[in-house]
Amino acid sequence: MEQKTKVHAEDGGQELFITREFDLPLHLLFKAYVEPRLVEQWMGTKVLKLDNKKHGSWRFQTTDEKGNILFQAGGVIHDIVPNQRIIRTFQMEHAPFEAQLEFMDFEELTGNTSKLTVQIVYRSVAVRDQMLAMPFAYGINMAHNRLQKIIEKLDP
Amino acid sequence: MQTNDYAVKLRRDVFQAIADPTRRAILLLLASQSMTAGAIASNFDSSRPTVSKHLQILTECDLLMQQRNGREVVYHLNPNKMKAIADFIEPFRQMWEERFNKLEAVMRKFKDQP
Repeated sequence: MEQKTKVHAEDGGQELFITREFDLPLHLLFKAYVEPRLVEQWMGTKVLKLDNKKHGSWRFQTTDEKGNILFQAGGVIHDIVPNQRIIRTFQMEHAPFEAQLEFMDFEELTGNTSKLTVQIVYRSVAVRDQMLAMPFAYGINMAHNRLQKIIEKLDP
Repeated sequence: MQTNDYAVKLRRDVFQAIADPTRRAILLLLASQSMTAGAIASNFDSSRPTVSKHLQILTECDLLMQQRNGREVVYHLNPNKMKAIADFIEPFRQMWEERFNKLEAVMRKFKDQP
């Protein structure tokens, strides 16, 4: 299958680029980022606040079925131009990661297709590399948990 | 160009190798110690030949190295290769791919609503 999402991270840089072409008209792609009800559906998180204006702020939260907070993040919207761009900060709360700056550019390709370019700037090269490696580490952890179960079963 | 294609192929092979949960579990098992094939296999429910196949794949893409210890062959991690894959961004890319696939699906449904 063709890979629609591309990630570009220059060696030794503190930023990365994520690009994706969508089979969606530009206005629907943009809407997916500003309509709380829709953000909740595709991000799988609750939108506590999403003030889509210059100097507005946003806050998302994910909880488990018992109401424990699993993920909470927020930031400030630096600039927003409908169907063109959103510039915002992003920071996970209760996590040892510092704020990052995100530039999201929305482009029309055809009447029914559009493109999103997300540029994320981190505080340092080390932080960027750490964020890049996280899903990989997560995969290893999942394997570790499975292994743990296997070992427990073998050695009760 | 040829070198490039080769590099791409090689890289894909490493990803295929680590995409499998049993193979990731083997890598984790070997992170702290070298082990024989038999000792590795005893940690899994899979049959010995299945585990051998996994070891072969991991060895072929240089994630594992074999070392002869008298009559025994022990497997250990190739730290250089492991460091290289730890930097790889494929799982990160996949995470975004899934997220954006979801976005596309949600918005298509939204568009079709009356």
